[in-house]
Amino acid sequence: MDSALIPNGVRRCSLGKFLVPLAVVGAVLLWGVYAMLLCWFKGLNQTNMNDNYGFALWIWADLAVIALGGGAFFTGFLKYLIGKDELKHIINYAVLIGFICYSSALLILAIDIGQPLRGWFIFWHANVHSMLTEVAFCLSCYFMVLTIEYIPLILENRQIDKVPFFHHLSHNMHGTMAVFAATGAFLSFFHQGSLGGVAGVLFGRPFAYREGLFIWPWTFFLFTWSAAAYGPCFTLLVTRITEAVTGKKLVKDNVVELLAKISGWMMTTYIIAKIIDTLYWANVTAPSKGFNLIDFYSNNGFYGIWILVMEIILGGIVPAAILITDKGRKSPVVRTVAFVLAVIGVSVNRWVMVLQVMAVPVMPFDQWALYYPSWQEVATTILPVAYGIILIMISYRYLPIFPQEAELNPAE
Amino acid sequence: MKQEHGGNGTRKYGMVIDLDLCTGCGSCMVACMAENNVPFREDETDKLKSITWMRVYKLTNGKPYPETDICYLPRPCQHCEGSHGHSPCVSVCPATATDYDSQTGIVSQIYTRCFGCRYCMAACPYHARYFNWYDPIWPEGMEKYLNPNVSPRMRGVVEKCSFCFHRYQAAKDKAYLDGQKEIEEDAYQTACTQACPAGAITFGDLDNPDHAVHKLKKQPGAFRLLERLGTNTKVYYVSSREWVRRAGDNYLKTEGPKKVV
Amino acid sequence: MFPFNFEWIWDMSHMVFMGGLWYALIILGIGMTYCIVKAAIDTAKGGDGHGHH
Repeated sequence: MDSALIPNGVRRCSLGKFLVPLAVVGAVLLWGVYAMLLCWFKGLNQTNMNDNYGFALWIWADLAVIALGGGAFFTGFLKYLIGKDELKHIINYAVLIGFICYSSALLILAIDIGQPLRGWFIFWHANVHSMLTEVAFCLSCYFMVLTIEYIPLILENRQIDKVPFFHHLSHNMHGTMAVFAATGAFLSFFHQGSLGGVAGVLFGRPFAYREGLFIWPWTFFLFTWSAAAYGPCFTLLVTRITEAVTGKKLVKDNVVELLAKISGWMMTTYIIAKIIDTLYWANVTAPSKGFNLIDFYSNNGFYGIWILVMEIILGGIVPAAILITDKGRKSPVVRTVAFVLAVIGVSVNRWVMVLQVMAVPVMPFDQWALYYPSWQEVATTILPVAYGIILIMISYRYLPIFPQEAELNPAE
Repeated sequence: MKQEHGGNGTRKYGMVIDLDLCTGCGSCMVACMAENNVPFREDETDKLKSITWMRVYKLTNGKPYPETDICYLPRPCQHCEGSHGHSPCVSVCPATATDYDSQTGIVSQIYTRCFGCRYCMAACPYHARYFNWYDPIWPEGMEKYLNPNVSPRMRGVVEKCSFCFHRYQAAKDKAYLDGQKEIEEDAYQTACTQACPAGAITFGDLDNPDHAVHKLKKQPGAFRLLERLGTNTKVYYVSSREWVRRAGDNYLKTEGPKKVV
Repeated sequence: MFPFNFEWIWDMSHMVFMGGLWYALIILGIGMTYCIVKAAIDTAKGGDGHGHH
């Protein structure tokens, strides 16, 4: 029925088979939208956040999707600025995933603020000394870049492409893409970093606070670095999942291996820096404020030293070691395990830098603050996931996202 | 942020709270809530959602009887100066909704400017900042008892102790009308200071030698909360008990509490 | 955000921060304007709109 919209040379399932899962995910999306509306109309009392836990599940999801969406800027950076041309076979998908991640992040921020109608104050009355201002500015600008990068993909739909103006527009946008990608990389370095800075500048919170360079704490550089390292792993993991769901090979192994190798080396260098940062913080910064490392990981029911092990060893050293070795990278199963571990690793890092910061008591007579999210928080956190799946389903069906698909899956 | 530096009339308002005098009666909390139109709910069981600009903490030395000792510690906003007005919360607010007033040393909160991102709350190690999770609703008839000099806050914004800033404004106006250059010590006092039956709280200009706090902050046994973080607060505490002073900051097991000069 | 906002001061922080922002916005604006105008010109010039890639 919709065959006129499906890209040339590729096969898609029947419309019915497509609509059923779309409806299921759509129902989840509606559940999230309902929770979102509750938060907007009734206020943040719909959440389990409290005065000790001003930042909670959402903000973690926000930071995590931005880190995971880092695959878009870094792949763009590698393709357009470094000249890794093979990556053109995966850049479309990286852009789409980035677009989903960043639009989700902006939506989460819009739900998270207590006075959503005043959201524009962050721009209008900007305090240039606040890391959050830097986040808001660069995030919004970079979302514009991702939109600009996603538009030509939409314009390549078989029917839209027939309109001469759109055809030319898409062609011109492809031609200028290096400029947009460079701007995107510039913005990403700053907003990924300033997200790290959000926690790192909190000199009232010894668990988060880090020294740094000029106005930027070390977490600034670590966040940019980790997003560049781990983001591509998420792109590759989602590609692998898409391949499993569609039952087709969509990207050639050499492309996957190249991106995995770069990601692995980035991760290796990052994790070395992270270990040095952790050691310095544990032995110099925290003790200077009267804390031992173990104070941050004891006397509570959840945050044990396991979380540090999980982040650095399981989610850092292990996937990095797999991806920098030929053998690990070339095995589809092993490298997929590495992608999963990497995604967990960076997500745990973002969790620690948001939620554990809130949980650790600072005043000696204060107590650990533990928190669990309300269903409204869970639903609004799942909302972007459902939205992402829907956008991927529609984009995959109607747009030529994977340039190698036709070649890898010749029509009978 | 525009900073107005130096000049005559620059003050540094602060408090000295004698913890050996505090009985934990909570008068300061009540006075503060009434004075500043602090909203409350019918069910205040969840203290992590209660708004208490002034909060009295109960500290204990953790020792068994007969050596058990307790101490009550009233905690208003500490009005951190940080280094050069770089207080933990002011520097992070993305919309300039909180500011450090170099004329008075008071950290202000502009409710109509705040959009409720709660970053300042994350930055404050004293839990002195509170979010309005709910709409402020007063029992019927109580609206008439609200303080007309303090604007009530709306849902979704952060609020905190202002050192009764409206009283400072009133005192300043009065001094001007009376032709005085300086605000008298007793012309500007916070509600909690006046409500404390034990006289544990003293308020004034920390830099003014004529004000009691100037001398009190220098007495032996004076300390500030979490001084090692560099928050440079303007609320001083005094106690003759070593364990109380030690509870004011974090120390490694091998360290003793630092002497405050 | 703008020099007429009362928070604005002409110091290094504002110039660097806002400079970066406006620089990015101007590049994106000019880039998109160029693409759209050129597409309009190309369309007006005619051609079937195919076979460029």
